[in-house]
Amino acid sequence: MCQVDEDYHGPLQRAEVPSVSKKCVKCKEATAAVVIRAGDAYCRGCFKEYFIHKFRAMLGKNRVIFPGEKVLLAVSGGPSSCSMLRQVQEGLSHNAHKKLRFLPGVVFIDEGGAVGQSVEERQRTVAELHAVFKATSFPFHMVPLEQVLDLPSSVVVTAASPSERAASAYKAAVDHFIQSDTTSCVTPRQQEETLLPDVQESHTHSLQQLIGSAKTLTAKEELLNTLRQHLLVHTARTEGYSKVMLGDNCTRLAVKLLSSISLGRGAQLAQDTGFSDSRYGDIMLLRPMTEYSAKEIAYYNRMFRVPAVFTASLDTRTADKSSIQHLTESFVIKLQADFPSTVSTIYRTSEKLQTACRSSSTEECWDRCLLCVCALDTAAENASAFKATLISEQLSQSKSPKATRPNPESTAPAGQCCSPAGGGDCGKAASDGGCCSSAKAPETAHLRSLLCYSCQLTIKDMSSVEHLPQYILSEAQRRRRRSQMRQEIRDFLLDEADEG
Amino acid sequence: MPVLCSNCVDKRAVLKRPKTGHSLCKACFFWAFEEEVHLTIVAANLFKPGEIVGIAASGGKDSTVLAHLMKLLNERYNYGLELMLLSVDEGISGYRDDSLETVKRNQQQYELPLKIVSYEELYGWTMDAIVKQIGLKNNCTFCGVFRRQALDRGAIMLKVDKICTGHNADDVAETVLMNILRGDIARLRRCTAISTASEGQGVVPRCKPLKYAYEKEIVLYAYFKKLDYFSTECIYSPNAYRGHARTFLKDLESIRPSSIMDIIHSGENLSVREGVKMPVQGTCNRCGYISSQSLCKSCVLLEGLNRGLPKLGIGKHHRLHDRILNQQPLTEKEERKLKSINF
Repeated sequence: MCQVDEDYHGPLQRAEVPSVSKKCVKCKEATAAVVIRAGDAYCRGCFKEYFIHKFRAMLGKNRVIFPGEKVLLAVSGGPSSCSMLRQVQEGLSHNAHKKLRFLPGVVFIDEGGAVGQSVEERQRTVAELHAVFKATSFPFHMVPLEQVLDLPSSVVVTAASPSERAASAYKAAVDHFIQSDTTSCVTPRQQEETLLPDVQESHTHSLQQLIGSAKTLTAKEELLNTLRQHLLVHTARTEGYSKVMLGDNCTRLAVKLLSSISLGRGAQLAQDTGFSDSRYGDIMLLRPMTEYSAKEIAYYNRMFRVPAVFTASLDTRTADKSSIQHLTESFVIKLQADFPSTVSTIYRTSEKLQTACRSSSTEECWDRCLLCVCALDTAAENASAFKATLISEQLSQSKSPKATRPNPESTAPAGQCCSPAGGGDCGKAASDGGCCSSAKAPETAHLRSLLCYSCQLTIKDMSSVEHLPQYILSEAQRRRRRSQMRQEIRDFLLDEADEG
Repeated sequence: MPVLCSNCVDKRAVLKRPKTGHSLCKACFFWAFEEEVHLTIVAANLFKPGEIVGIAASGGKDSTVLAHLMKLLNERYNYGLELMLLSVDEGISGYRDDSLETVKRNQQQYELPLKIVSYEELYGWTMDAIVKQIGLKNNCTFCGVFRRQALDRGAIMLKVDKICTGHNADDVAETVLMNILRGDIARLRRCTAISTASEGQGVVPRCKPLKYAYEKEIVLYAYFKKLDYFSTECIYSPNAYRGHARTFLKDLESIRPSSIMDIIHSGENLSVREGVKMPVQGTCNRCGYISSQSLCKSCVLLEGLNRGLPKLGIGKHHRLHDRILNQQPLTEKEERKLKSINF
């Protein structure tokens, strides 16, 4: 009933309760150990094979990783990313059938500072993960989120992507690699005994101020996601990796899709939830775990003892309705219990989408959002929801000069009101529309004009933008200067690609 | 200190707009609400002067406010339209008869011609009879499919050029969510359009002037303007799948009021990859209505009802279309499958 193409196969029958002595449906010999999907019982061996095969098939189907490439695995310590780490290990081991051919590295981003953990707790988590990573003998990096405050502004600029490699080149590259490199293996690099680099107290404090300046939990989570992604891309760039693998599983992806729609990120859905995401140009983000449901990963981790470390996030143990992301998660999980095909149906929808926007990376970044580096979707066409929102804002506020009555309390939500790009909540500030006295108003307004629809909403929920990391603010300044330049000379520019 | 209206900064504010959070006085709210609908109509070019427009009126809050607004804006801005009321009687006792009274009252208040079409006269089945046959689980499918055709047939009888329905922002957002949950990519592309295409025989183009109006604001408007309407839930609706999407949307709105517009914005900016199979519009071989299969859905549903096979029409059935067209009997196994119902 919840699917368009649903077919009712037989007469209604009771769901069979799997009994202990049931045989595996694949090899039909061994005793079944686990029931996945809607009733397929698999034995241990067949389940392992199925699991591993899915990973390899996912990589093989989308031929984007060329042999010898350096790929960074983003491991958060959770079950999906640790499972991904194990799959890469299995795939690279000597006895693997058709072993994988890339060079992995691992990165862990310690967000304890933003979440509010104490230094001891953070060090404990890091030590546990350190042990896990050491056992894999891959090069690894432990990066505290505080480093995001020191990033260069090139992070939010789309770099030129490497020339598009044709599919035929893939086969040729693989053959070449096999011939030249049959005896090499990943030599375990002597990892220096560095635990987490020391984090200064003041940096943690700045980070907490930044997260604290977002008033709603929804905005906090979005901000954290953005910063984390920037840091990942930066780490990949500086350490020489060309691809980053993220551990999003099918369930998480379905939740992400629904919450992205709810946050207004419809135009960027294909990049947020697709297999590959090339918004940064030179670094490609991949999601190889998207065909695994959370249940399958949990079974695998338990049966084959994959170590995982729990790290608290911003919405751990909060009420259901505390943030949009959390609400969506509980909604999807509850719906999945009643309608078991919910998650896979949502996932299939995500596979059919593509990016809605115009040209790929141009010289200028006019059409890219400052925070999420996706193409902008704020062309307020005549009959669109965005335009309707702007009109509503205009009609609900007065533009007449008698409205300006500077009120000391009203400048507290610094500069959010009456900006031309769409005012903030004047009504909430218990006064009229007269808060333009703050000098920060034009800056926030200009920042918002550089953002896509949903990042604008995130900034709208922030009490002030001054705590944003320097690289974001300076990039915003730079774009403003360039746009002023362009405004002066626009009558003399012949190149039409520079329009808009 | 009383809060002043943020628009005129003169009168006391009596309400807070759910859409933007601003505090407004009554007059400014009316002005803002009406102006937004007017700008929506103008920006999307919904109507041309001289057209005959049928307002789909159910007696509920959306259609009551829509009728009021259309009459008001038509006069204020000289759209040059000829307005009519169109209503559908599904035959749900205790629900529809009461709401039809409201429509008749509207007709007298606004002095507009009214036409009521009923399922009984069009299909030979009332919703009560249908529910007795199929139970309480899939009845919304029947009602929705039949109503669409009923509206079109009524419109043709009245000779209108366009139909306008009272779908509000909440409805559109719910539809986007529901289509994602059901994986219906074809509908996902179309559902945020403010007006439907005007191709097809027997089909009247329809539009949604209230597309960007929040449900709560519609209720606020009706409350302050003292418009009277019938406000009960359909007695057969509690088990509808749409209920899940609706609860989710209400929760989202409580977290962030702009979510409804954000969802519509997302829906408008979705784009489908090339190569994804989409249904092609054709006509039904039996009744001539538009359809993407050889038989339109209402013909299939009716066939199922008439033959005592209530599940025909729910689930995949296009393999059976040819046989239904040729009046051939179905095999016993198929009949057994289609008969089973659950209450």
